[in-house]
Amino acid sequence: MQYMLIMRSSDEAVAAYQEIPFEEVIERMGRYNEALMEAGVMIGGEGLSDASEGFVVDFSADPPLVTDGPYGETKELFNGFWMLDVSSREEALEWAKRCPLGPGSKLEVRRVQGPDDFPADNEWIQKEEGWREEQAARRASA
Amino acid sequence: MTSAGATPERRAEESARRSVAAVWRIEAARIVATLTRFTGDFALAEDLAQEALADALAQWPERGVPRSPAAWLTAVAKRKAIDHWRRRERYDERIAAIAHDLEHEQDEAADALPWDPDEIDDDVLRLVFTACHPVLSPQARVALTLRVVAGLETREIARAFLVPVATIQQRIVRAKQALAEADVPFETPDRAARAARLGAVLATLYLLFTEGHAATAGDEWMRPDLAREALRLARTLAALQPDEPEVHGLLALLELTAARFPARLDETGEPVLLADQDRRRWDRAAIRRGRASLRRAEAFGRGLGSYGLQAAIAECHAVAADVDSTDWARVVAAYEGLERIAPSPVVTLNRAVAVSMAEGPEAALAIVDGLADAKPLAIGHLLPSVRGELLARLGRAEEARAAFALAAERTQNARERAVLLAKAAARA
Repeated sequence: MQYMLIMRSSDEAVAAYQEIPFEEVIERMGRYNEALMEAGVMIGGEGLSDASEGFVVDFSADPPLVTDGPYGETKELFNGFWMLDVSSREEALEWAKRCPLGPGSKLEVRRVQGPDDFPADNEWIQKEEGWREEQAARRASA
Repeated sequence: MTSAGATPERRAEESARRSVAAVWRIEAARIVATLTRFTGDFALAEDLAQEALADALAQWPERGVPRSPAAWLTAVAKRKAIDHWRRRERYDERIAAIAHDLEHEQDEAADALPWDPDEIDDDVLRLVFTACHPVLSPQARVALTLRVVAGLETREIARAFLVPVATIQQRIVRAKQALAEADVPFETPDRAARAARLGAVLATLYLLFTEGHAATAGDEWMRPDLAREALRLARTLAALQPDEPEVHGLLALLELTAARFPARLDETGEPVLLADQDRRRWDRAAIRRGRASLRRAEAFGRGLGSYGLQAAIAECHAVAADVDSTDWARVVAAYEGLERIAPSPVVTLNRAVAVSMAEGPEAALAIVDGLADAKPLAIGHLLPSVRGELLARLGRAEEARAAFALAAERTQNARERAVLLAKAAARA
């Protein structure tokens, strides 16, 4: 089963992290990532650039309201994720606990949906079928 | 097992047990590797590790998981090693010094990593080569690898293979005896032996994967998915041995094959042929990973090995929208490559099928007939079955009927026989 570890940090945590030498941050995370890879559980992951480069599209208004980062009232920022392929919920938890993060940071751990989570008569699956038929027809007429 | 009628105590106990199992999955390989280096005796190290795990199962549910589970488990196992030597009256000055260091270590840093991070990778790799040593039978290699490298408990391995726990226990005891008798050193093989030894490791993982492939699905946690274990171990190997192209070739093959798992069975649990699978159900992320591994294998520029070539074939299917749009010429080329590296009637027969798709039934029939002369029995019912399909496509109905009838006669599988007989009847 696959889990996503979603890293969220408060402004204070981000600031505190900037106090630690960059080399040390890289080394700690590097070791963690290496351990994940050597255990064969890491199947993906990315870090996100600073929130000041991002923006939020808020659908409460019509047309949606666009706010530049770092989004004022937000307490925690989503700044990276790992995708793990593990054998149990407990194993996902065990790996999450080992992540080298400090106070003010959180990892949200969520199971990734698999094909079994979707009903076969799902609307989107049917849409995709239509799209594939269209492609096949185009190929045939080409 | 958690069941509806379980008491809260039972559930808490089970949850604690699962936590210990999760820690063990993560730490087992490094603990066994460290202990092997410490004791110089793989079989003893494995016993000690299992005893430490038993202690954890007895103590953690009540006292909680220690801050550094790996340090706790390793320290417990090392103390057991010292007790073992004491009982054997081999408690000399060297061991006394180790015991002293151990006490000291514990006072100083109970949380510190019990191994040197720069050396542990090599030790884990030695462990993989030991567990997959050619003196062991393939079955023993699989059981030992699952236990010491993947960190599965004996009862989980037994459940995965649907055999009694005692059978797996026996397999592991015998395997450890065989390694001790052969005096197998705890090391990565030297250059001369490297290719053969790595081949044994890859073959073990591939066997594990195909065993898992055939196993029936159960409660995901209670019955470990062997194919997933194989994938995981292949990823581990790719991380520890990144400079071996065939490691990436095998990983690519497993990822690309596993990508098809969601579509491999129909609603009644019967296998679905590749041509009939609902390709929308294939796991796109797994395909992406598999293709990336295949590119890594190719990047060495030394040509693909047998796993890499099989991965290349799997890739042709993975990227095609359907059977007709598959790049069959590339499939044929990959099978030709396989025939050069690892010739077998099955590979030739598969090449014939690919040729029939790329060039038509006539060219394929020539290959199949050549095979019939050489090794008629090696591929049992498959040969006449493929021959029947080709003859049917060529409109040679009577010969097709005879071929299907022969295939039906040769197969051991009742369901398959019914299908073949129906095909024969359709040509009558």
